[in-house]
Amino acid sequence: MSPVLAGVLQFLALLAALALAYRPLGDYMARVYCSSRHLWVEKWIYRAVGADPSAEMRWPAYLRGVLAFSLAGVLFLYLLQRVQGVLPGSPGFAPIDPDQAFNTAASFVTNTNWQSYAGEQAMGRLVQTCGLAVQNFVSAAVGMAVAVALVRGFAARPGTRGCARTGEAPSHTGPLGNFWADLVRGVVRILIPLSVLGALVLVACGALQNFSGLHEVGQFGGGVQQWHGGAVASQEAIKELGTNGGGYYNANSAHPYENPNGLSNLFEIFLILLIPFALTRTFGRMTGSVRQGYAILAAMATIWTVFTALMMWTEFAHHGPAFEAAGGATEGKETRFGIAGSAIFSVATTLTSTGAVNSFHSSYTGLGGGLDLLGMQLGEVAPGGVGSGLYGMLVMAIVAVFLAGLMVGRTPEYLGKKIGTRQIKFAACYFLITPALVLGFTAAAVALPTPGGSTLNPGPHGFSEILYAYTSGANNNGSAFGGLSADTEWFNTTLGIAMMLGRFLPMVFVLALAGSLAGQGPVPQTAGTLRTHKPLFTGLLVGTVMIVTGLTYFPALALGPLAEGLAS
Amino acid sequence: MTHSHHVAARTARQLGAGLRALIALTVLCGVLYPLAVTGIAQAAFPGRANGSQLTDAGGRVVGSELIGQRFDLPKKNPDDPEETPVPDLRWFQPRPSAGLTTHGADPRYALLVSGATHLSGDNEVLLRAVRDAKAAVIEDNTAAGYRPTAADVPAEAVTSSGSGLDPHIPPAYAALQVHRVAERNHLAVAEVRALVEAHTDGRILGFVGEPTVNVLWLNVALKALLGTR
Repeated sequence: MSPVLAGVLQFLALLAALALAYRPLGDYMARVYCSSRHLWVEKWIYRAVGADPSAEMRWPAYLRGVLAFSLAGVLFLYLLQRVQGVLPGSPGFAPIDPDQAFNTAASFVTNTNWQSYAGEQAMGRLVQTCGLAVQNFVSAAVGMAVAVALVRGFAARPGTRGCARTGEAPSHTGPLGNFWADLVRGVVRILIPLSVLGALVLVACGALQNFSGLHEVGQFGGGVQQWHGGAVASQEAIKELGTNGGGYYNANSAHPYENPNGLSNLFEIFLILLIPFALTRTFGRMTGSVRQGYAILAAMATIWTVFTALMMWTEFAHHGPAFEAAGGATEGKETRFGIAGSAIFSVATTLTSTGAVNSFHSSYTGLGGGLDLLGMQLGEVAPGGVGSGLYGMLVMAIVAVFLAGLMVGRTPEYLGKKIGTRQIKFAACYFLITPALVLGFTAAAVALPTPGGSTLNPGPHGFSEILYAYTSGANNNGSAFGGLSADTEWFNTTLGIAMMLGRFLPMVFVLALAGSLAGQGPVPQTAGTLRTHKPLFTGLLVGTVMIVTGLTYFPALALGPLAEGLAS
Repeated sequence: MTHSHHVAARTARQLGAGLRALIALTVLCGVLYPLAVTGIAQAAFPGRANGSQLTDAGGRVVGSELIGQRFDLPKKNPDDPEETPVPDLRWFQPRPSAGLTTHGADPRYALLVSGATHLSGDNEVLLRAVRDAKAAVIEDNTAAGYRPTAADVPAEAVTSSGSGLDPHIPPAYAALQVHRVAERNHLAVAEVRALVEAHTDGRILGFVGEPTVNVLWLNVALKALLGTR
């Protein structure tokens, strides 16, 4: 069997597995967020927090919860790294410098998992397991909570909320649910059970799972070799499932102990895509029309399939002087995954906010690296990060119905809600933030003398390394063109700021949007209403994503990956 | 109370709630979850959870089947980190691992700091490395009556992997080394070829991943074969 055919079959197997999980998981998540029951462990956490999980929150209160919880996470993680030298379980690990500790704290709390350190070298087991891995769960749950709040905004009808229950007096903003309940349920009922299963599958494939610390074994040719043990599989599972991406080891999912064989590779890609795709079903359930969810799903799946096909094509074609001399673009790719297994992973990780890598994007072909960049620049909506993918795509859907409304001269509406000036302003602010951060910081890094000499590769690729870093940071992806020496005060600080603003400013506008939608009564459907569950709308949505976000970056892409790709 | 006091007090209260939530969830996700997974993993898959160690015919642990090793001649000066290692051509050779030796703080293979080179396809450094590696592969594998051509050398043989710890080579690279290994160990070519075939793994389920040869596993078998002579 040719490697190309094997790659296509692997993609189809992935598609089939995702399709099988779509309905049960999507429906389950809808039940989780609409349930009025509390498990005992959840009640214990609510008591510790001092929160009433049944109290409805309007958007400012919901946002305050998100920000307070995330700020606490940043402070806690920062302190943990600063004192790791004196903590038990981390012998020999030095405290992390202030700028790198800030960068890492911001990185893990924002679901980015950009790493300017080498995993096994810098972070002790206590920081990895009790600090970083915890944020893998909770930052993912925060993303899901915000997405669910937006869905409730769409679903709310006068005097009710998303889950169609008790009445409340109408006002210009409506209740969105309870942040603490959404956070805790996301962790307890969705992420932990799936992670336990996922981790055990990975261990069965060969991933490491112990508390052994530095481990020494003999070697074939005499002498010894050492590796760091630890809770690797358990972190790997949530790292993919929560679209986090921070590796236990420096080589991330290319390391054989994180990703031991072809099957574990396919399974990790499945974990990355599982929740983001299934959330469109949850959205359909909660808004009372699963077909609306299918339309969003179709737009996501279309972009994902096209990107995967393009990536396979350019990597198998292996243009570029060194790859042509070698006879294949295998630099930075593992033998057991091959070109296809690497290409499929690479697209999945950049079209979501994951950023885990099983092969090194800097050594992809020029156009392949460009696809990774563009995937993130689309705003990571196909299918995007857990939660953030859904709310990102719903914001784009609002822009799409607005554009359609402009074409026919009608006031746009979506899911029975009028899309007025206020909603469009929120949506526009949402999608302008990330490009402003990416292009602004990239321009500053290139123009200012400060970070000079930190790129590894010459020419357009060197520029791509910087563009990639800010694209990855501001979009909360976390993957890198790793030749960039990012552990400097300049990059640690500016990337930390880009990650924080790129995560929380969009959330402010999403929640404000959700609040304004929740306060609105439904508009009756007429013959002139755009049918947003039809293929026409899916096509419009794909076009909007490509044009609105893709074109913003075209000049920057032309200077980096396009210049490199077209020259070879 | 002034407005700013009110805001400060409310912020502090919110932050306190956030911190308590974080601590409670840390107990759950940072302590109980890894403990539970480790417990089950250690009970159900102890060999794999502890690093898939490989033993030779004599029962000595020779490494992990998942972690690539180098098969080099002993260094002339063991204390010189700059000395370029010379491959021991009696054994099957793995892929290059340039990322491993240039990117870690500790360049010795002993402390496994994984990593890639991150070199781009249009970088002269990578182009030169590939060309040099290709010439070396052809030279090293030339045996009596056998000289590989440039087209015989698979791309994996001249490029570094992502982790730098790739334990595998493609079957084509193993096949290319058969003549040399047979010659250096005074074995019949057919015998070594049969050994490679016995240690080649196909794609999982016929289509997942790529066909591989585990170099350490193969060399352990080769050593066992030599030991029986």
